[in-house]
Amino acid sequence: MTTMAERTHTTSGAPEPASGTQTLSLGKAINEGLRAAMRRDDKVMLMGEDIGPLGGVFRVTDGLQAEFGEQRVVDTPLAESGIVGTAIGLAMRGYRPVCEIQFDGFVFPAFNQITTQLSKIHNRTRGAVQMPVVIRIPYGGGIGGVEHHGESPEALFAHTAGLRVVSPSNPQDAYTMIQEAIASPDPVLFFEPKSRYWGKGAVDLEAPVGTDTLNAATVVRQGTDVTLVAYGPSVATAVKTAEALAEEGRSAEVLDLRAISPLDMAAVVASVRKTGRCVVIHEAPVFFGAGAEIAARVTEECFYALEAPVLRVGGFHTPYPVAKHEHEYLPSVDRVLDAVDRAFAH
Amino acid sequence: MTTTNGSNEAIPTLQLLDPQGNRVTTRGSKGYRDRAAALTTEDLRGMYRDMVLTRRFDDEATSLQRQGELALFAPARGQEAAQVGSAYALRPQDYVFPSYREHGVLQVRGVDPVDRLRFFRGSDHGGWNPTEHNAAVYTIVIGAHALHATGYAMGVQRDGTPHDKHDGTAVITYFGDGATSQGDVNEAMVYAAVNDAPVVFFLQNNQWAISEPTTRQTKVPLYRRGEAFGLPSLRVDGNDVLAVYAATQEALERARAGGGPSFIEAFTYRMGAHTTSDDPTRYRTSEQEEQWRRRDPIDRLAALLRAEGALDEDFEAEIKATGDALSAKLRTGVRALDGGPVVPSMFDDVYATPHGTVAAERAWYEAYDAGEPPAPQYAIADSAQGGAR
Repeated sequence: MTTMAERTHTTSGAPEPASGTQTLSLGKAINEGLRAAMRRDDKVMLMGEDIGPLGGVFRVTDGLQAEFGEQRVVDTPLAESGIVGTAIGLAMRGYRPVCEIQFDGFVFPAFNQITTQLSKIHNRTRGAVQMPVVIRIPYGGGIGGVEHHGESPEALFAHTAGLRVVSPSNPQDAYTMIQEAIASPDPVLFFEPKSRYWGKGAVDLEAPVGTDTLNAATVVRQGTDVTLVAYGPSVATAVKTAEALAEEGRSAEVLDLRAISPLDMAAVVASVRKTGRCVVIHEAPVFFGAGAEIAARVTEECFYALEAPVLRVGGFHTPYPVAKHEHEYLPSVDRVLDAVDRAFAH
Repeated sequence: MTTTNGSNEAIPTLQLLDPQGNRVTTRGSKGYRDRAAALTTEDLRGMYRDMVLTRRFDDEATSLQRQGELALFAPARGQEAAQVGSAYALRPQDYVFPSYREHGVLQVRGVDPVDRLRFFRGSDHGGWNPTEHNAAVYTIVIGAHALHATGYAMGVQRDGTPHDKHDGTAVITYFGDGATSQGDVNEAMVYAAVNDAPVVFFLQNNQWAISEPTTRQTKVPLYRRGEAFGLPSLRVDGNDVLAVYAATQEALERARAGGGPSFIEAFTYRMGAHTTSDDPTRYRTSEQEEQWRRRDPIDRLAALLRAEGALDEDFEAEIKATGDALSAKLRTGVRALDGGPVVPSMFDDVYATPHGTVAAERAWYEAYDAGEPPAPQYAIADSAQGGAR
């Protein structure tokens, strides 16, 4: 009988490592990033519901159990607190668990483990015990889902010290960020924009894996008249808005935060000092959302550079609406344009 | 022995030592009696010493709280046999996940007694390095750590640790009767069961979850919760250190040998208050307390030792001297504990790697604390227009 350890390392018949630059969907880019991380470090393991033979409901873990075995790609019982709670114990034993929460609205049974345990154990033990746990959460709307399948709960986690909260907006970042999240000794909430899973882009599969994407925002598009701050699914909306503004002769700079904890305020402030206007876009409710924090800090740091108040475009203080109404709730190009118009009216 | 749980139903309970300290035989207890019989006189004296010292620790900590030196304390009085007996069955490579009242377990595990009070002093959220003792720090959210124990045990499985009743590795998690109602404890048993994880669920049923009796938690004897998840489950007299030791040793050996998880209900009593902030007179009778005082676990082991000629004046004097030294150490050590300087203490170890928000707030606080002009909150080279705080 083979031992578990032997089975853990079974990789016979595995495909050759991917290399070079390929055109991949965002979901496939995460899949390749997971594969690369698992090949690099045999302590990396995946845990979640339906992530094995099924490959996850979005197929992000497709083929990984076949390559790495049941001990490293674990179909868990249907209990999210258990997924995160046992991941904590595995991390204490030296593993690097990557948990999949099936949908945004299902993270709440694990909320206690994430906010009272995962986020605090490193601090509670004065650095003696690290928590290299990644929690992947497909989030955001736009796919016509039922209740709890379109929400954006990221601010709830950014409000908790000890957690890193990130969200990729494009396939290349998705590929790099998932690997940097797994390599991080800190717990990372990895929010995957489900409406962008199928969007394709070029991915350099040999791109270096460092720590930049967990800490630094990136300028997606240069501009001079207004800064559009976004992350995750809203970056594409911001870029489309900038294109529309360009036709009107207005030059928008688009900043992709990538992380909301930490918040790369240096990048935001540098851009807003240049443009004098700032509009923050996210799918989450604006009320107590990431945009509120950004607006407050921009006001503090850029007061004399501002031509207009910082404005926010995002979800309303309502439950995430029924699918028939979700496109009225989500920040659309039209609503961002409206906010930009208001900023210019000052 | 059988006891009843507020009903007429007799509940099988393993007992090897009756309340008068006599070794007793009950049906099905032979294997356990053999395990207890393997304990030497020195082992029994060691257990007794640790139980007495655990109570001494309790008394001293309670006094320190009354003197304002601790913010809070949760005494373990009455549960010394459950804690010390189970901890004696552990081997160094095993890993402990306590709740927050397992002072006797940590006594046996060798965690410094002053470190065990850092949390209650308000100078630390933990107090010791878990990796030095294979013992996690206290977890205050009830039952949350049961999942950590199961996960840790799943890691042991993946390490390819040998399946051997001595050289394998087992995990034990301690929790109370109230915690059995928590989802996390139940999820932990689900995960442990389907994974055959080497973890022992050690319930100290001390009858009270602060003010709520076990009738507010369950309709069935709690050991049957373990059975329902497919775990070998046993109720033991939690004030009988021999029964606790034997049952825990059996469960740990099963876990180390690859036999999967087990559940033990140690039926005991919280003789003291829930914490120093609690007032048990509001919810339980002195008759009940008196009934359990007659079942004191320390008296019971003392009676056995005396009957077996192992508790003489010299040994009692030695324990007394050790206890006095412990008290003195606690009085001095606890008063010397503070939280350390705010910087770096408060800002350190929030993250393992640099986090811009924490770094900026730390820098701001340092400037503020030093009476310097407040620095811009963000490290921005060009602060000519910004930073107008």
